[in-house]
Amino acid sequence: MHGTGTLPSGGHAANPRASDAEDRAAAAALGAERAQAAQPEPDFWPNVHAPDAARTVTADVARLAPVGRRHALLVFLSNPTAVAGLLILAVVVGAALAAPVLFPDDPLEMAGRPLQWPGQNPRFPLGTDALGRDVLAGLVHGARVSLLVGACATLAGLLAGILVGATAGYFGGVVDDVLSKLIEIFQTVPGFILLIVLVAIAQPSVPAIALAIAAVSWPQVARLVRAQFRAIKEKDFVAAARALGFGHGRIIFREILPNALPPVIVLASVTVATAILMESALSFMGLGDPNVVSWGSMIGTGRDLLRTAWFLSAIPGVAIVLTVLSLNLIGDGLNEALNPRRGGEG
Amino acid sequence: MAPLIDVRDLSIAFPRATPVRGLSLTVAAGETVALVGESGSGKSLTALALMRLLPDAARIASGEILFRGRDGAVTDLAGLDDRALRRVRGRDIAMVFQEPMTSLNPVLSVGQQVAEVVRLHEGLSRRAAFARAVELLDLVRIPEPRRRAGDYPHELSGGMRQRVMIAIAVACAPRLLIADEPTTALDVTIQAQVLDLLDALRRDLSMGLLLITHDLGVVAEWADRVAVMYAGRKVEDAPFETLFGAPLHPYTRGLLAASPRLDAGQHYSAGALAEIAGSIASAAGEEGCAFAPRCPNARALCRAAVPALDAVAPGHLVACPVTTSEAQREARHALAVG
Repeated sequence: MHGTGTLPSGGHAANPRASDAEDRAAAAALGAERAQAAQPEPDFWPNVHAPDAARTVTADVARLAPVGRRHALLVFLSNPTAVAGLLILAVVVGAALAAPVLFPDDPLEMAGRPLQWPGQNPRFPLGTDALGRDVLAGLVHGARVSLLVGACATLAGLLAGILVGATAGYFGGVVDDVLSKLIEIFQTVPGFILLIVLVAIAQPSVPAIALAIAAVSWPQVARLVRAQFRAIKEKDFVAAARALGFGHGRIIFREILPNALPPVIVLASVTVATAILMESALSFMGLGDPNVVSWGSMIGTGRDLLRTAWFLSAIPGVAIVLTVLSLNLIGDGLNEALNPRRGGEG
Repeated sequence: MAPLIDVRDLSIAFPRATPVRGLSLTVAAGETVALVGESGSGKSLTALALMRLLPDAARIASGEILFRGRDGAVTDLAGLDDRALRRVRGRDIAMVFQEPMTSLNPVLSVGQQVAEVVRLHEGLSRRAAFARAVELLDLVRIPEPRRRAGDYPHELSGGMRQRVMIAIAVACAPRLLIADEPTTALDVTIQAQVLDLLDALRRDLSMGLLLITHDLGVVAEWADRVAVMYAGRKVEDAPFETLFGAPLHPYTRGLLAASPRLDAGQHYSAGALAEIAGSIASAAGEEGCAFAPRCPNARALCRAAVPALDAVAPGHLVACPVTTSEAQREARHALAVG
């Protein structure tokens, strides 16, 4: 209280009167406090008391601290790049959902004169390709395929990866050895080659492509989940759960998995982006589903006219870039929000 | 009275060490037994062994853990399979851990965590289990239990969390409660509250309470009987009055001499506290009595063989040939004089 001025300790003596006044004020305040304390309800320092005192005020103090998940959401939403990613993704998802309404006709049908440039004809804002198909219609319908494959492949990959990783990490020992070797076998084969082989064996259809991409991407999830489980299963609350007689399944899914999820969620957002890229690459090489339009196949067919009508490849390319970018931005934002080391408790 | 749990000659082995050797211990219903010893004496491992929750590398090398169930049937927990053990854990034997900050699952509300145990062992519906959870939170004297049931562990103080752990442990009215240093991580002011709570619950539920601690103050106030462990063996076992009044084993004597006493006006400024020279590490590779390297009255016979536990009085066991013979001589002397 006395050290408020810029003067160090000497200031005290140099200005005795001010200091006296302060002392008096302090004494008066103390006296008032004492008087208050003598009254039945001493309620100064309402927020300070023994942690277990049988009073209810602690609840209000605790409530001031943001709850884990709500706090994470706040961190995520206050991150401008994450919100930008979310907005871009929302536009893509909106376009995919609205495609049958906006362009009810088959986007693979000829719609007008071929090779019209963007802006040339108001009916085709993004132009037409070599067969006279509407590029905008293709772009919007292509979003459906890209997102569907991305989401399905990621879900299937997460499911397989979580099951294998959780089993390996939780049980350890021989089970872990066998499953870890399996994961490593999948990781030593170059992912994209494996993908091409799988798609070549199966008929190229959207579900087959999604499953093939899942088969390539699950080992990464499995490794992460395994590492998480190995760390979390040593925690006291898991020992406590065992001491209470819970079975393995219950401990895995109810005790450990929810605690292991944050980094898996972050990985999932990036896995969706990778899956979209893989699907585009497959379609570009003509290994995609021939019955649906996809961004990759649009780039592939536009490739022959790259020097004369570059927009045919560039427009779906930009769509891929933006979608993948948005997912990566979301992943970064989630990482920031869910990573406990950065203060996102929970 | 037949003991609730009767541990006979229990040894726990790791691949390269045997941290608990030939331990026998009983706890009767409604009795508080304190298992005392310094870090590394094997007391926590013993507790884990009773629940069959030993770390992967450790195993029960020999011995029996005879547990008397609700129906009076005695089973050897050391030989039970996993499925049967899961029915015992949490229902018949429950455990309170040392560290309340990490023993609760951070992503479930405390009410859910209490309710889960009730649902598991008593098969109650979700709604009934939650109502029971609120009752249990009330039982462990958590204020406003209905509101607190929705709180997550990080919203509670350490003492509150330990109360929640106790609520979970007593949710199914277990026959035996093992408390592994339940107050070590807590504030001194909270310790007494938590121990009072455990003691009241022991009385109300007529549980056996195995209190693992290194705090002799806790022992003096709450234990009926005390087992002192040193380097994996029990060295003395006595009713608490005997142990504090007439300790026989030199290690117990050393421990009691080393604890500061307020009534004696002992203060650090009045000189150093008594200590037991050396450390428990000196017990490694010892042939006879593990305490011999630190013992003030060790003889040759102490290093020759591991001293057996002798009953010097009813209910008072000591593993020290030197003090035992002295005590017997004194007793004979008293007889002769009398």
